[in-house]
Amino acid sequence: MDPTHQPKHHHHDHAHDHDHDHQDVPSDLTLRVKALESLLVEKGLVDRAALDVLIDTYENKVGPRNGARVVARAWVDPGYKKRLLDDGTSAIAEFGFSGRQGEHMRVVENTPQVHNLVVCTLCSCYPWPVLGLPPVWYKSAPYRSRAVIDPRGVLREFGVELPEEVEVRVWDSTAELRYLVLPEQPAGTEKLTESELAALVTRDAMVGVAKVTMPPPGVRS
Amino acid sequence: MNGVHDMGGMHGMGPIQVEKDEPVFHEAWEAHTFAMNIAMGAWRRWNIDASRYEIELIPAPQYLRMSYYEKWFIRLVRLLEKTGLVSPVELQTGMPSPAYAKAVPPLTADQVPGLLAPGTLASRDIPGEPRFQPGAHVRARNLHPTGHTRLPRYARGKVGTIYRHHGVFVFPDSNAHFLGETPQHLYSVRFAARELWGEQASPRDAVYIDMWDNYLEPA
Repeated sequence: MDPTHQPKHHHHDHAHDHDHDHQDVPSDLTLRVKALESLLVEKGLVDRAALDVLIDTYENKVGPRNGARVVARAWVDPGYKKRLLDDGTSAIAEFGFSGRQGEHMRVVENTPQVHNLVVCTLCSCYPWPVLGLPPVWYKSAPYRSRAVIDPRGVLREFGVELPEEVEVRVWDSTAELRYLVLPEQPAGTEKLTESELAALVTRDAMVGVAKVTMPPPGVRS
Repeated sequence: MNGVHDMGGMHGMGPIQVEKDEPVFHEAWEAHTFAMNIAMGAWRRWNIDASRYEIELIPAPQYLRMSYYEKWFIRLVRLLEKTGLVSPVELQTGMPSPAYAKAVPPLTADQVPGLLAPGTLASRDIPGEPRFQPGAHVRARNLHPTGHTRLPRYARGKVGTIYRHHGVFVFPDSNAHFLGETPQHLYSVRFAARELWGEQASPRDAVYIDMWDNYLEPA
């Protein structure tokens, strides 16, 4: 089994009805990955249990709920917000969120005058400790190519129409700095508790492709 | 390198496709590919810049056709081969060569949190004044290296303003090729959208790019 070989025939073999960004996944990739893993385990290069812990960490433990807690804290605690904007890495570490792909954090604040949008045009840089692993659209060519040249068009596709007078700042993550958007707190949420606020904060809002909104009346968050 | 990965500003890539309630991994092989990349990184035979460069080396037509984790898989196989951790014959057969000595994995399950929590710092504690201060006008150099670089094509030759000094950081252009870290000052540089994209862009908007000192010259 040659893990490097390029199969001549490509076809979709996944059962989901979603679309992998028009990219074909070779049907034998499952086998090729299994073969490589067996080889690495056999050679003592990889501990299979370590793989399971890594997968469990990013599937179940690290994700945008982390970032949402950071944002909610910043909304209710002006001292925390100041620390967060001054030194994102340390302020985020107050929650115990740190490390891989978030070693150097910068938090950028949305205001009525400024809207921030984060992209990595060159690859897929994303703040893992606060947002988890990036969604497919963030890593895909359409978003990476257009976010810098047409941020307002991209935002429109996500349902965000910005007035001309708002300044759009796009952050292209070319170095090891990782960016988190601090969204604006929606009006009418002043009485909510920190955890109620955290429940409103979405991944997309922390990337900058959405705003945080109040759920429609009658919908419990 | 002027590869297809450097796609900021390109047209024709199609609409953004957002999947509702997207899972972290779509298939088990994706999860295992992800985990193997991290676990094998613990051997410290390569660095993050070298691993990014390996993905850039995937020929453009394949790069655009492959899914994200397929690129990770190909990258891992190539790095294993290049570093000699796995031989071509072993990759071919899927079996360890008869003469192999069983290694001890550098990353065991209990060590995973200790690997992830600190991560790997890219900053270096090296004293020295930065060449540029916030507000200074700079031009991104018109460089076209065939190796790895984090200077996006769309910014080359453009004039921007130093927004912030981040500190001293490992330089990917040398580190990716194992030519040393050559740490240098890293800045956040603000480029007006109109400087990058002309009249069609909003006069208010801007793109902020993190740039190493080597990428910049006074303007």
